[in-house]
Amino acid sequence: MLYVAVAAGAFRRYATYRAATAAGLATNTVFGFLLAYAYLALWQQRPHLGGYGPAQALTFVWTGQALLAVALIAVGGVDELQERIRSGDIAVDLHRPADLQLWWLAADLGRAALQLIGRGIVPLAVGALAFPLALPADPATWGWFLLSALLGVVVSFALRYLVALSGFWLLDSSGLALISALAGMFFSGMVLPLRVFPGGLADLAQLLPWAALLQVPADVLTGARTGTGLLRGLLFQAAWAAALLALGRLVQAAATRKVVVHGG
Amino acid sequence: MSAGSAGPLIELDGVEKVFTVRRRAGRLRRTRHEVRAVDGLTFQVPRGEMVGYLGPNGAGKSTTLKMLTGILVPSGGRLRVAGLDPARDRLRLARRIGVVLGQRTTLWWDLPLADSYDLVRRMYRIPPAVFRANLARCTELLGLGPLLDVPVRQLSLGQRMRGDLTAALLHDPEVLYLDEPTIGLDVVSKATVRTFLRELNTERGTTVVLTTHDLTDIEQLCRRVMVIDHGRLVFDGDLAGLRAAADGERTLVVDLARQLPPIDGVPGARTVRVEGPRQWLAFPAGHSAAPLVAAIAARYPLVDLSVREPDIEALVADLYARGGAARPQPGDEAPASP
Repeated sequence: MLYVAVAAGAFRRYATYRAATAAGLATNTVFGFLLAYAYLALWQQRPHLGGYGPAQALTFVWTGQALLAVALIAVGGVDELQERIRSGDIAVDLHRPADLQLWWLAADLGRAALQLIGRGIVPLAVGALAFPLALPADPATWGWFLLSALLGVVVSFALRYLVALSGFWLLDSSGLALISALAGMFFSGMVLPLRVFPGGLADLAQLLPWAALLQVPADVLTGARTGTGLLRGLLFQAAWAAALLALGRLVQAAATRKVVVHGG
Repeated sequence: MSAGSAGPLIELDGVEKVFTVRRRAGRLRRTRHEVRAVDGLTFQVPRGEMVGYLGPNGAGKSTTLKMLTGILVPSGGRLRVAGLDPARDRLRLARRIGVVLGQRTTLWWDLPLADSYDLVRRMYRIPPAVFRANLARCTELLGLGPLLDVPVRQLSLGQRMRGDLTAALLHDPEVLYLDEPTIGLDVVSKATVRTFLRELNTERGTTVVLTTHDLTDIEQLCRRVMVIDHGRLVFDGDLAGLRAAADGERTLVVDLARQLPPIDGVPGARTVRVEGPRQWLAFPAGHSAAPLVAAIAARYPLVDLSVREPDIEALVADLYARGGAARPQPGDEAPASP
């Protein structure tokens, strides 16, 4: 299957960037410690903030670091598509008998898998050794977490794909990409869990697609979502994934139909 | 291979491409300009032909190529490749054509060359036996054997170009489009690529359309030349026709037994240079050299002679210059990227 091969190729490709992976790993771990101590101070003052106990809050921090490169910043991934649209290299991709969106989704999933292994597992393990985390003992919960993280990556991809396609009209989509990344950091729960936000903002933030990137997977792992809550979380992610991918297809069709491919 | 093999493989009828370009006209004001990058192109390419597509920068070559492959939609006119409308059937057409863009690569930058070919095999659903045979043939002819395990980023430009050519041909395309396939290559790589293309065209009957600024490519490969300027076809024919159309002059170089005054009284020729016993005579490109030689041999002690064809670069420059003069429109430089 072509798209499996594309994903496998992307996985192998990102595996060749060993120094970058090691540097990212160190960054994630250091940030994990900084955020963990900040959270500890906060939860000492306000125990059960947002309904989380201190161990759950710390688990939230380290889950965030584990998924940072995978779904939030998504180092590499669609940045390259953005650059290919800007430079006109996209012409090469359009000459292939392959679907542009599926191709890049497959490549992004391959990238995410490598970054989960390369930059996800170690920070979470370090966090678990250094702090008392509320990690599940039940393998099924880990399975649900991985599914939720996968859906998070798909939503993340669908958002980044839309931003990258804007380059067909904007000529350079890097400004939009920056705004989108900042919004993602805030509304995914990376800065603070969304449930900690004040009243209406918490409710709103939990309806936005960025909640699918970290808030939902972290709640699955910490056990804040179980039973119907778990199911509703996964459906929420799947619905955003489907809606944003469909929108991406519409934009893609418009882009390839009437827009100029840059460069001679 | 399919229905429609009786008709021409590529058919253009009055094809146009108009871009709207916004320009600054003051601090905030933008004015909209229409740029006709391709302006009523009509031509046909039968199966098995090797066509050179020439033109100055911005003439509309790449725009034409992008319309032929379906990644740009024409603003007007009718366009068919292998019986398909490229813009509407882009993905279906993609399985039947090969494209090499000299300045871009389809290869996977950080992975070995072989990985890219494996992906091509899956993408075009190439039967294993066909894939093996085509890969073996291309790697042998292009000397890629030792490079298959090398990551693409470590390849030289010439190696990468040969790698891209292979990637474009593994699925046996009916037509191969080449956009400046020899750009930036050294003499040896150019020769390898040209020999390969000639073999591809004569042995396998693959139709080839190539754009280039390197006129040696054209001289060595193409029986047919099309020259486009300002989006219009200004010439379509063979090289001899191009020479005649551009009013080129051939040169007869004669070596006489001894130094003599400039040869005169030979109808249709004039002496342009004398150097010791050697003299140069210019005559129109459309004329035969035989009567001149006979006339000179009858009156002068002729020792040796040679005929030089007009410099093709000069011919094309002349065509471009005339094309520009014919349509002197300000702001008509037809940029490919608005």
